Amino acid sequence: MSIFDLTIAGAAKELAARKVSAVELVTAYNGAVEALNPRLNAYITVTPELALAQAKQADARIAAGNATPLTGIPLAMKDLFCTEGVRTTAASKILEPFVPQYESTVSAQLKAAGAVMLGKANLDEFAMGSSNITSGYGPVENPWKRAGADAKLVPGGSSGGSAAAVAARIALGATGTDTGGSIRQPAAFTGLAGIKPTYGRCSRYGIIAFASSLDQAGPMARNVEDCALMLNAMAGFDVKDSTSAERAVPDFCAALNRGVKGLRIGIPAEYRMDGTNPEIVALWEKGISWLRAQGAEIVDISLPHTKYGLAVYYIVAPAEASSNLARYDGVRFGARVDGVDLIDMYERTRAAGFGAEVKRRIMIGTYVLSHGYYDAYYLKAQKVRNLMLRDFTQAFAKVDAILTPTAPSAAFGLGEKMDDPVTMYLNDVFTVPASLAGVPAMSVPAGLSAEGLPLGLQIIGRHFDEETVFAVSAAIEKAAGFTALPEVRAK
Amino acid sequence: MAYTLEGRTGTWEVVCGLEIHAQVISESKLFSGASATYGGAPNAHVSFVDAGFPGMLPVINKECVAQAVRTGLGLKAQINLFSRFDRKNYFYADLPNGYQISQFAHPIVGTGQVEIELQDGTIKHIGITRLHLEQDAGKSMHDQHASKSVIDLNRAGVALMEIVSEPDIRSPEEAGAYLRKIRQIVRYLGTCDGNMEEGSMRADVNVSVRKAGEEFRTRCEIKNVNSVRFVMHAVETEAIRQIEVWESGGEVVQETRLYDPSKGETRSMRSKEDAHDYRYFPEPDLLPLVLEQEWVDALAAKLPELPDEKRRRFCEQYGIPFYDAGVLVADQATADFYETVAKGRDGKLAANWISGDFFAAMNRTGKSIENPPVSAADLGALLDLIADKTINGRIAKDVFEEMVETGKAPGAIVEEKGLRQVTDTGAIDAAVTKVLADNADKVAEYKSGKDKLFGFFVGQVMKAMQGKGNPALVNEAVKKQLG
Amino acid sequence: MSLDAATVRRIAKLARIRVEDEEVQTLQGELNAILGYVEQLGEVNVDGVEPLSGGAQMALRQREDVVNDGGIAGKILANAPDRELNFFAVPKVVE
Repeated sequence: MSIFDLTIAGAAKELAARKVSAVELVTAYNGAVEALNPRLNAYITVTPELALAQAKQADARIAAGNATPLTGIPLAMKDLFCTEGVRTTAASKILEPFVPQYESTVSAQLKAAGAVMLGKANLDEFAMGSSNITSGYGPVENPWKRAGADAKLVPGGSSGGSAAAVAARIALGATGTDTGGSIRQPAAFTGLAGIKPTYGRCSRYGIIAFASSLDQAGPMARNVEDCALMLNAMAGFDVKDSTSAERAVPDFCAALNRGVKGLRIGIPAEYRMDGTNPEIVALWEKGISWLRAQGAEIVDISLPHTKYGLAVYYIVAPAEASSNLARYDGVRFGARVDGVDLIDMYERTRAAGFGAEVKRRIMIGTYVLSHGYYDAYYLKAQKVRNLMLRDFTQAFAKVDAILTPTAPSAAFGLGEKMDDPVTMYLNDVFTVPASLAGVPAMSVPAGLSAEGLPLGLQIIGRHFDEETVFAVSAAIEKAAGFTALPEVRAK
Repeated sequence: MAYTLEGRTGTWEVVCGLEIHAQVISESKLFSGASATYGGAPNAHVSFVDAGFPGMLPVINKECVAQAVRTGLGLKAQINLFSRFDRKNYFYADLPNGYQISQFAHPIVGTGQVEIELQDGTIKHIGITRLHLEQDAGKSMHDQHASKSVIDLNRAGVALMEIVSEPDIRSPEEAGAYLRKIRQIVRYLGTCDGNMEEGSMRADVNVSVRKAGEEFRTRCEIKNVNSVRFVMHAVETEAIRQIEVWESGGEVVQETRLYDPSKGETRSMRSKEDAHDYRYFPEPDLLPLVLEQEWVDALAAKLPELPDEKRRRFCEQYGIPFYDAGVLVADQATADFYETVAKGRDGKLAANWISGDFFAAMNRTGKSIENPPVSAADLGALLDLIADKTINGRIAKDVFEEMVETGKAPGAIVEEKGLRQVTDTGAIDAAVTKVLADNADKVAEYKSGKDKLFGFFVGQVMKAMQGKGNPALVNEAVKKQLG
Repeated sequence: MSLDAATVRRIAKLARIRVEDEEVQTLQGELNAILGYVEQLGEVNVDGVEPLSGGAQMALRQREDVVNDGGIAGKILANAPDRELNFFAVPKVVE
């Protein structure tokens, strides 16, 4: 067995038993990053020296007997988390020279747990995208291939670099952020587990904002247990984030073995959309039968406003983004393009610094908030958003968790679905509703498509009930027995 | 008499409303823990939050909320237990986030009212539309470098209260009186220092003109006027400008204008024109601000007595005229000084002394009420000496001047200089006898009917007694001896 | 509702993004596709529904009024594209 076959939990055991040192583990991962990253482009910035220094500290901590399960574990940090002294770009050219003088709360908590940072993972620019092709630092290649084909596939997005790094085993786990599916969809596309916790569970302090009312950090890892281990360290109340929830963080690992016996699992009729890939529908049916077989009660439910989720999302998220991204003006940080006057400098800086998708979203967001259109677009979207929250509240009166597919298809080819922005947006159709409602949702690898690509199922829970989400996810994982590996990986 | 302006086509009325930006007194900023202190080295009072760095989030300062509520209570306004923050989006070099966090749709304070008093004694009520909390911007300086503007963010994020009035103001005088009144109230409350020179209080002035009986016409907003005098002048000069525009067949366009105190005129700020679509939307980094009625009540219970109430109480309690009371309550320190002097004494006498000799001495010596030329206790002691007839009013004035000069207590001065009033009737009688004897001719004239000479005899007696004679006793003795 | 070229230019101006003439048409098409898609919200009856603006359903927490930040001008200016002493510097603004 190779060192790269270890999960986080497995590696933690080996480290604790002194069968491997953190320095050995991290050195192996640094080497794997060096070997595979030029091809996959999963990292924008690699930090091997820093990783090694942290590994040495981890070994000292393990020796001192005060290690946590993450001590010495090499992770990829999505390049949306500000890291003190390490360049942070949000995959945008406008932040190419930006070196934060502060650390995000989530990355600080991982650091405090002893985790090691291998580098800053690639993403869609400012997390706007579902395929990682909008990155200002080039697209990420999905380590998976269609059976017998060599075409490059996208890893999903926006946490595509995080997903590719963990799938290709050039990180043991990774942080992601999810605004409309940015953890769950790439997890599904790369055969990983990934959870978007309840809005407010993880602090947003120091995470470069895309859409503030939706953004939420979460872990991506090879299995559900690893996600639980990571989320234990990432979650928690933070006085620096006014939307952070002031409540205790349970031990998510403890929920993994609860089982699903007696749980009521909702199956929303509205997720059976016309034109959904039959393979996806079939996998969903499998998931239903696995849970039923383990003693769960399957309940048909309705989330009537599901079909409007994307429309709401593509008003609310760009509106918030148009405002959040106004600070990138070339005055205090980031890139600047000189102009004849202040306004000219702004316009040139932003035209050069932002990519096409970011500009589109800023412009849509600006438009829907502008005088005379606010009520028709933004206010209307917020009202429908409330109806969607109501849908979930009513459903959760009847069920303990909801099971759906994660994405309408498997990973697609680089260059596909590029005809117009809306086609690309449709990728998020199953993930966006949970984001809008703020409820936790996890994607678990559940099978392979006929072409040999991983497919995921999504488990949605009540606000702050990640434990049930973990319990159901673990049950799906156990039944699915997903063991397939991508073609491109560290061995 | 209503204020009007005469144009070529007739008589015009001025309509004005003020938006006052009052910097909240607090230790730290509205949404960050950086110091809210005025001044400081460039960018010293700045956190990553204030500078709008990526991933930074606002966390609201409880004291700033309390200050806004106190001010709302002082304006007799409705306190909204539910309020919310919105983003006001526009680009400017000293606005780090590209938006200002403000309260647009749901302000923390709703409608209220203040009372102003005009020169002729008229009392008028000006409606308050709302008060909301918002962040201040940083400071751009354009004259420090030949080709660049430079930016200091020390002020960025400091809490401001924007107090918006109804368009109830009808003259420059009313505008000035309103601004002074607001300043007086916030100073009493300790919610803003009202210092217009340092910019901790500034006003945007909305002005329009109309003929009697008309609906409102188009208004212009004059930005950042920073003294009472400038506000009064800006109202007048802008009204005159608008009348000329209307009367020459033109149309006043709604716009933002700048008041130039050096030229005494307003001019258009075209640079701000295209920035007018502020795209307000609820601030997603903050949740609605929900207050408990009990908490508001507790703040209300601890509110200091406000100038209007204090003025009425002074009139009733100390029997002083309404006008005098107005002078004494102009600021909290003067009112406190007065009360220390007046308590348990003749309130009217105390008022006369303070607005007369005391203020004169303060002005002459360049001192202030906080550092007075004579302490309230000493002034009170002086009044006691008058009251118990130790000295008379005439001598008291000399003693007061000595107090200002030497800082000594009045009792000590009186003793030292032997200024005690003479009430010994024997001594007084002797003095009268001597004066009458020395002026036998005048006595004869008096007796032949020249009554006016009575005062002359009294004066001579007082003079002979170095002013120390008890005036009533001297009068009596003169009358008696003249028969 | 559909955007014309002038509106595209106006939005770009509001968003402070320089748009070249040749980009306007493409942007117009893309933005209209998105607006066309979200048009479906028109079908939803939202009578009496309150807007939901945030992801968290709680009241705002308030912090104590203490100075515990600032005094870091060096760090604040560390990433500045241009500075004069401890000020940020931008092209001269004429008011």
